[in-house]
Amino acid sequence: MSSRIDVSIEHRNVPEPPGKHPNTCPSCSSHYRDDELEAALWVCPHCGHHFTMRARARIASLTDDGSFVEEAAELRSEDPLDFFDLRPYTERLAEAEMKTGLGEAILIGQGMIDGNAAELAVMDFAFMGGSMGSVVGEKFSRACDSAAQRGVPLVSVTASGGARMQEGILSLMQLPKTVCAVEDLHDAGQPLISVMSHPTTAGVLASFASLGDVIVAEPGALLAFTGPRVVQQTTREKLPDDFGLAEQNLRFGHVDAIVARPELKAYVARLLRLFSRNGD
Amino acid sequence: MATDHELRLRERLTRLRSLNLLGGARVSGELEKLQRQLERIQAAPTDEEIWRSVELARHQDRPYTLDYVERLFDDWVELHGDRGRADDHAVVIGLGRFDGRTLALVGNQKGRDIKERTDRNFGMAYPEGYRKAMRLMELADLHKFPLVSLIDIPGAYPGVAAEQHGQGGAIARSQALMSRLEVPIVCCVIGEGGSGGAIATAVADRVLMQEHAIYTVISPEGCAAILWRDAAEAKKAAAAFKPDALHCLELGVIDGIVPEPEGGAHTHPDEAARLLGESLRESLEELESIAPDDLKRRRRAKFRSLGVYA
Repeated sequence: MSSRIDVSIEHRNVPEPPGKHPNTCPSCSSHYRDDELEAALWVCPHCGHHFTMRARARIASLTDDGSFVEEAAELRSEDPLDFFDLRPYTERLAEAEMKTGLGEAILIGQGMIDGNAAELAVMDFAFMGGSMGSVVGEKFSRACDSAAQRGVPLVSVTASGGARMQEGILSLMQLPKTVCAVEDLHDAGQPLISVMSHPTTAGVLASFASLGDVIVAEPGALLAFTGPRVVQQTTREKLPDDFGLAEQNLRFGHVDAIVARPELKAYVARLLRLFSRNGD
Repeated sequence: MATDHELRLRERLTRLRSLNLLGGARVSGELEKLQRQLERIQAAPTDEEIWRSVELARHQDRPYTLDYVERLFDDWVELHGDRGRADDHAVVIGLGRFDGRTLALVGNQKGRDIKERTDRNFGMAYPEGYRKAMRLMELADLHKFPLVSLIDIPGAYPGVAAEQHGQGGAIARSQALMSRLEVPIVCCVIGEGGSGGAIATAVADRVLMQEHAIYTVISPEGCAAILWRDAAEAKKAAAAFKPDALHCLELGVIDGIVPEPEGGAHTHPDEAARLLGESLRESLEELESIAPDDLKRRRRAKFRSLGVYA
């Protein structure tokens, strides 16, 4: 019996080359315990690097204590194409749910932000790269409807690699679907405050996230329709150092402000007050 | 043996036959088309057939937007520029007469020879191209011209300047504008319906697809590179995400399939144009009887209903 096991297929499926520990700052290499990072809202206390933030932590950091009530938590993805790449889509979904404790890559619900009632739609990059399939599109749309019905603004926080390939063309259809939902929200007289966190790319950038009445970005976030690797490979162009980053987007006029995470709640609350009809 | 596809197509046929005709709705053309499709497609497209559609959709002799414009429109006047920065040659806009009415047309345009291909950036639009399209959409809405959009784009251009000029935002805003228009919009994918670059101009009341066109969330090569970690597995990727017209129809993503001449549109461009013209005419006549406000409402409701979940 051969002592060698062929691992070539599994090997090709390794998602990312082994990197640093998730709690090690990619920018300054400082290392932290979970509780240290949690207390600092996942911002490196040494250099200010913004780590990606999980959806529940984000909601806790933005909403007043105990005010968040989740909606449409029961929605789950189906597998309309019987999609199978190296593994079945259903298996990837189950694994993502186990890993993240979330039913999908977005959480929606109602909450108070510094005393201002709002609807929230918050994405989680840990669930299949925050990719948008039918459920993400549907939950975001329901958030728009819930905001319109209750007469409150919608605050979205995006973190996504784009449309979910495993649902094929139906994922692409979530772009116009969420766009139409935002238009319905606007017709109901309510704004969308779009917070773009790292990364907000491809299909999510090319749909609802870019339709924010005000667009706020986190420092250093990659906000690009096409990421730097693909641009480099396709065009062989030399990329500027800040290619696709929030700072470049601000310079070129695509976002309204870059706000550091510790100031985000107060900033969003100010916007909510300005958008409220009577200004209080 | 009847396959799932055939059964579903038959079921659709039966449903169409039993539909009460709504005011002005013309289902008979649709019926006839489905019947023809059913006869032609007695089996589900195999992986090989799906790949053949990918190849035909990209065929270098396939008719492009201007080939159809030339054959279908009288008195065509091409318009240029986004009124801000540039005139993107990967996107063609203009006004023309079609069947006695003025139409506004936007279409993606690839080039025939190397010089034209470069000039048209291989059909890949910059944000300026979408702003050019939006300028035409506003013109159509103001003057109540129905809008026709022909889709044939490998994808929105992935370059440094395209990002700096706001590719993602331009695609989002173009869709948003289409969802606000109060004129009939008919769209047809006539070659490659490449992802965000395609959907930017595809938020229509009637979305059609030519028989051998493809409509994709990502190129087969791109999908293979990410999921299989090998772009050479494009055939497998295409078979997995099923970008062919029949699958798109089944998923409710498109409203109808426009037949092509035997062997593909490039074998007989005049016939391909005639068939496309027939479908456009049918769709336009049907939509023109619907109140403008209703059109917009139904368009949004249609796109908002897309997706499969539990």
